[in-house]
Amino acid sequence: MTSFLHVPCAILEEKKISDNFRADIISTVEFNYSGELLATGDKGGRVVIFQHEQESKNRPHLRGEYNVYSTFQSHEPEFDYLKSLEIEEKINKIRWLPQQNAAHFLLSTNDKTIKLWKISERDKRAEGYNLKDEDGRLRDPFRITSLRVPVLMPMDLMVEASPRRIFANAHTYHINSISVNSDHETYLSADDLRINLWHLEITDRSFNIVDIKPANMEELTEVITAAECHPLQCNVFVYSSSKGTIRLCDTRAAALCDRQAKFFEEPEDPSSRSFFSEIISSISDVKFSHSGRYMMTRDYLSVKVWDLNMENRPVETYQVHEYLRSKLCSLYENDCIFDKFECCWNGSDSAIMTGSYNNFFRMFDRNTRRDITLEASRESSKPRATLKPRKVSTGGKRKKDEISVDSLDFNKKILHTAWHPKDNVIAVAATNNLYIFQDKIN
Amino acid sequence: MFPKGTKRKFSDSGEEPVSSGDQVPAAPSVATRSLTSSYSLQRQSLLDMSLIKLQLCHMLVEPNLCRSVLIANTVRQIQEEMTQDGTWQIMTQALAAAQCPTDRLVATEVLCRQTDAAAQAGQSPKPFSVGGLEEGYHAEEVVMEGDVETEVTMSTLAPVSPQLSSASYLAGPFVMGPCWDEDEEEEEEEEEEEDGECEEDEEDDSEDCVSEGEEADRDHLSPDSRTGEQVFGTFEIKHPAPPPDPALEELFSDVDPSYYDLDTVLTGMQSAPKMGPYDLLESLSSHGPTALSSSSSCRSDLNELDHIMEIIVGS
Repeated sequence: MTSFLHVPCAILEEKKISDNFRADIISTVEFNYSGELLATGDKGGRVVIFQHEQESKNRPHLRGEYNVYSTFQSHEPEFDYLKSLEIEEKINKIRWLPQQNAAHFLLSTNDKTIKLWKISERDKRAEGYNLKDEDGRLRDPFRITSLRVPVLMPMDLMVEASPRRIFANAHTYHINSISVNSDHETYLSADDLRINLWHLEITDRSFNIVDIKPANMEELTEVITAAECHPLQCNVFVYSSSKGTIRLCDTRAAALCDRQAKFFEEPEDPSSRSFFSEIISSISDVKFSHSGRYMMTRDYLSVKVWDLNMENRPVETYQVHEYLRSKLCSLYENDCIFDKFECCWNGSDSAIMTGSYNNFFRMFDRNTRRDITLEASRESSKPRATLKPRKVSTGGKRKKDEISVDSLDFNKKILHTAWHPKDNVIAVAATNNLYIFQDKIN
Repeated sequence: MFPKGTKRKFSDSGEEPVSSGDQVPAAPSVATRSLTSSYSLQRQSLLDMSLIKLQLCHMLVEPNLCRSVLIANTVRQIQEEMTQDGTWQIMTQALAAAQCPTDRLVATEVLCRQTDAAAQAGQSPKPFSVGGLEEGYHAEEVVMEGDVETEVTMSTLAPVSPQLSSASYLAGPFVMGPCWDEDEEEEEEEEEEEDGECEEDEEDDSEDCVSEGEEADRDHLSPDSRTGEQVFGTFEIKHPAPPPDPALEELFSDVDPSYYDLDTVLTGMQSAPKMGPYDLLESLSSHGPTALSSSSSCRSDLNELDHIMEIIVGS
């Protein structure tokens, strides 16, 4: 991990998916368990999967590239006639299942429906059928004079994606999270007010395990913003709220986990209280560490690492873009204050990464407490070049190469990032472009 | 939002002076809050902005519940603070005193100012006065009883000027009415981030604003005396001391599970089915002649009232 901070990223590969701007805004990025595959979902309901190629002999000092492996339309726009509402096809989340055979499985979800997709390869084709020709036409049975056994011949690799399960009609509100359980048999899905537990084989039923909908909707003051299963304990999950709290629940305790086992909240600093305090405390993402001992939450201005054994405050807090604190009013006006940034751990849990504005993203080393700001843009980096650390100037004097807060482009936001589970490879989604960075191998 | 380049200082709160026009300071102590007019201006402005956003929430095809909840909580927080200050009460009383008899029917005036009212820009915030009424409203919006399905329809947007009348808003549930926007350009600018449908809706609304009467026998809010750049919805308040989350009644009563009533929104009317024209007539008749007492400023309103009645009765 450290090489990202000490020696900036070596390689920039930019994958532009297509030219249709609106449909291609990337809405989720996720590596699979081995890191061999990288899935992206976009606003148009498409899923694009990249595969890691083996290192090329020509360039042994580089890791292999990621190239497009499969593309398919996961969700289509729908119309809810009862409510006269359009249901967006935008993919909110993709989560891979652990690989159990040659095929790959992933869950993808939009606001209302979750689908289990099977992605499988076909590189052989049977030839020599008795009853039909090579082009599929039926042979005249009277012409068949002898029997032959079809043989498998190699063919060009074809990657097929097929929907194996569709989990629908279980959510009234917009789904914001899905998370596969460590038992690899169940998964949870969370919307604004409820969390459901599903079995991967059963599509017509799910268990509701959390319901925070008040009897009187007028009393609604808090919504669920994210949820995740514990990576090791299949009975534990957490969910975060718009009030900056995290609740850890144990499914063994009760069928309905409305009463949390643990409640994580940092007391508010009264000196920094403003009308925006609640909004900026709203948690946009929660992620367990790979070890299962910590969890990380992202609110508008910071990332916090919590020890699961300590509920009253986080163990580490990292400021992502504190210089925005004085701009909250403008950010409220242009709605940027409601942007939901994600965060991620590296494979060894020694570093964390999250996005910011102006196509900046930030990485923090938990051990050395160093941090770095990098930019994902074509203009600032040539392919195969090293990335230069960026800095936002907050004081009066702006040094050369620094960018002032007022020059930041708030339309260029990096909401989705992913870190390879083992290697120092990161995927950063900047609007409709996907950037993959790797560190130098010396 | 705030005029750029204006240096803002807090006289008393112990905050560092603000160097840009964007900062909203942390809340000073209760005792000093009401004394700081810039703070209350900013607070008012934030309130306005929040209410506009809430209206838009209701108009979006895909209303985002999290965002709505956060904005509503902000509104409630401001409301609570203003109630503590006593500012809320002041406004309620000022309005009640200044207004025509408030138990008249067709409630709220829509704030649509002529641009030349920018002359007011130099004025400090003042309680709403009858004089303000004469400065060129267009009529109305009919406001619903708080218990009824929300009527949040639309309000057009305009950059919020800091010149607010803090007396313009009354405590209680917030109810927005439609209004005609004379500055459609500004509206569009404001809205360009929003879903394109919003703009269409609001333009449609402006045709349909004069709408069915709904009952409104309560204090109604008059628009504040802001300058002409601002167009804003009107608020309808039930009682000065807000019960828990009165504002949320309207906001969320139709959020679950149907997020909003599209028809209502598009036609700029409140959910009519809840209150038929006959209820309206009853309400009318229950108000004595005092309701129509002659204040010259009410004249124009009465004409509008007649107009609306005609529509309701279908004559």
